[in-house]
Amino acid sequence: MADSVWAPVNTAAVADTTAPARHSALVRATHWITTIAFLALLLTGVEILISHPRFYWGEAGNVNTSPLFTIPIPASRGTVPTGYGYVLPDQNGWSRYLHFQSAWLAVLTGLLYVAFGFSSGHFRRNLLPAASNRGDATSYNRLQRSTYLFVIFVLFPLVIWTGLAMSPAIASVLPGSVAILGGQQSARTIHFFVTVALVVFLLGHITMVIRAGFRNRVRTMITGRL
Amino acid sequence: MNISRRKLITTGVIATAGASAAIIAERKGLVPPDGAGLYGPGETLTYATQRVLTSHSLAREFAPSQISKDPFANPVAPLGDEFKRLQAEAFVDWPLAIDGLVDRPASFSLAQLKSFPRHNQITHLACEEGWSYIAQWTGVPLSHLLNLVGTQPQARYVVYRSIQRDWWDSIDMADALHPQTVLAHTFNGSDLPVPFGGPLRMRVPRQLGYKSVKYITRLTVTDDLKKFGKGLGSSAPEGGYAWYAGI
Repeated sequence: MADSVWAPVNTAAVADTTAPARHSALVRATHWITTIAFLALLLTGVEILISHPRFYWGEAGNVNTSPLFTIPIPASRGTVPTGYGYVLPDQNGWSRYLHFQSAWLAVLTGLLYVAFGFSSGHFRRNLLPAASNRGDATSYNRLQRSTYLFVIFVLFPLVIWTGLAMSPAIASVLPGSVAILGGQQSARTIHFFVTVALVVFLLGHITMVIRAGFRNRVRTMITGRL
Repeated sequence: MNISRRKLITTGVIATAGASAAIIAERKGLVPPDGAGLYGPGETLTYATQRVLTSHSLAREFAPSQISKDPFANPVAPLGDEFKRLQAEAFVDWPLAIDGLVDRPASFSLAQLKSFPRHNQITHLACEEGWSYIAQWTGVPLSHLLNLVGTQPQARYVVYRSIQRDWWDSIDMADALHPQTVLAHTFNGSDLPVPFGGPLRMRVPRQLGYKSVKYITRLTVTDDLKKFGKGLGSSAPEGGYAWYAGI
């Protein structure tokens, strides 16, 4: 039976449509909004990175400073020594506009999700490892639960924090938030590594969805029904 | 269809709140000049939030020991004949004109500007590309000049122009009157070098480097940025970059 992902749920194929949804409407909506925002942030983040693929530690760093490390790719600025004989086109204008707009979308969606997660018992019931593991296809195991909680409560807050710490205006209001990270260039470097961790999570997440049955799982995250 | 009453009410409340927020932002001057179009919502959220949070905050200042030994100056387009003529005379006649919504439009020479009260700051300059340096900037506070010429009450923005015709920008009065916004003529204790914007650079330390425009020759106080260029407040949005760069 090859149900299309987009087809309405076939009541004959799904035995019990009155059962509680696998994912609540709010979880499904925030999941896909976050997906769109994250992919936009990733694409534009890479574009911004290309204008200066060098990383530093501390407050300040530029092409006259020895870097902590460099990414061996060509740059979109001729002032950056990359070893490549060409310069990529500058994409920073729209990339920055879209990066910050997507950041707002991700942050506001994330706040809504977290508020819902606490108030509805979603975190306690579905993600807290201590909760009883039903051990069936509708429940996550301990490693999955811990990973989701780590992404939600460590990686996302950290990527937002290090992003804000790069803002000179935010730094003027919360100077301690930059100092504690080791400086503005350290914040940029940490921002990069947290992004790498989020991409690793994304790849693992997609791999598990594929192994568990891609169409079925995606449909569940869209319609709520297994 | 099962759209519950709660969902309808929630949607209505969110839509009303959004529309109200947009109206309040517009009235309070919290919409940036490039706040329309595809990226308008994000830009408006950023500018409005930061304007409310940062109206009086000071950019971080650093110890002399933290000054970068190796600051970097982004290359500029060739400077024209007028610049070279002024440079040949050590910039003594470098002009700074102030006009627009002021009681006493005036022009000051670099020598006059250097005789005015000085503000010193050791601040971080970050380029939107990702690199940065820390340097000591010395100059005359923009607020001092605005007081000298008498800013009129309806003033909302200060437009500043470079001798490089393609470069101009603007800041709102919160940044214009901010104590750390200076017309810098001295860099790490010496005359501001040409690659770093000498002889006169607008220094706006709570925003990214591109708001600190080099080679300033004219300031215009205005209540309406639509009168300038394409009406987006700066040459930056005309080139695809955001007007507000506090990020």
